[in-house]
Amino acid sequence: MSSAETGAGAEPVAEAHGPLFQFEVHPILSFEIGGVDLSFTNSSLFMVATFVVVSVFLTLGVKSRALVPGRWQSMAEIAYEFIANMIRDNVGSEGRRFFPIIFSLFMFILFGNLLGLLPYAFTFTSHIIVTGVLAISVFIGVTLVGLFRHGFHFFSFFVPAGVPSVMIPIMVPIEVISYLSRPVSLSIRLFANMMAGHTMLKVFAGFVVPLGAASFGFGGIAPIAMDVALIAFELLVAFLQAYVFTVLTCLYLNDAIHLH
Amino acid sequence: MELDAAKMIGAGLAVIGLSGVGAGIGAIFASLIQSIARNPSARAQVFPLGMLGFALVEAVALYALLISFLILFT
Repeated sequence: MSSAETGAGAEPVAEAHGPLFQFEVHPILSFEIGGVDLSFTNSSLFMVATFVVVSVFLTLGVKSRALVPGRWQSMAEIAYEFIANMIRDNVGSEGRRFFPIIFSLFMFILFGNLLGLLPYAFTFTSHIIVTGVLAISVFIGVTLVGLFRHGFHFFSFFVPAGVPSVMIPIMVPIEVISYLSRPVSLSIRLFANMMAGHTMLKVFAGFVVPLGAASFGFGGIAPIAMDVALIAFELLVAFLQAYVFTVLTCLYLNDAIHLH
Repeated sequence: MELDAAKMIGAGLAVIGLSGVGAGIGAIFASLIQSIARNPSARAQVFPLGMLGFALVEAVALYALLISFLILFT
């Protein structure tokens, strides 16, 4: 887990990086404006790549506009229907106007997670700053939707239905705290899942060469088999975490629109 | 006690909470399997809720891990 440094002018040594090296952000094109670092980093590169992949997937997928869809058009339609059904089931008919933002959120997180599974790729959702901004935007957006729709009556959300008046001074702070903890849990869930998964992958991968060297190459097969299983698991987690982030956004939106 | 030793002990204690998470995930999937067994036609409605529940419980596991890493590395 140490990084070997090249000696002065000596032959290049293969650098060994620890399992956390994959999360480092490196600038690709550095520039700064007024002292603020705005470089185009590997994180930005993968966000742009996600945007390109999602756009190509969706626009080229429906280009043929066949009534009976082929495979690609089917996949694009399945993605649309999945989110449309999710919004209809969890938010109701008033949620239809929020379809673009929720669909974009889902596709961005999903393809961000998936692209991070490619070799040498960078998973931008494994950084708390990225997931934190997504979660805080969702939180502020949903609260504003509730405030604009209900005005000050929105605050009646913090008094649960059917609570005896004596209990209200205790219940309201609890409800407020649990409401304020929503962006925290939303961001940490996604970030910790992605970071833990990729760290485990790297840790097992780091065992291959030492185990192989000690057993004429045969011992190295076990960590590789474990990594294959872990990649399958990480594919599942990529979908699941994108789904959970989106479904919770829909549920919070439902709370804001319909209060109780 | 040295700070490093205390950090190690703290990190180890912090992950004891994962036992509750294991029980929780088992409970979620036990009820999911049982409800599908009782009423196979409800599968399409029950399964997404089961996945949501699983992800929420797993999030608690990751909070415990996060605290453990915070103790260990800062």
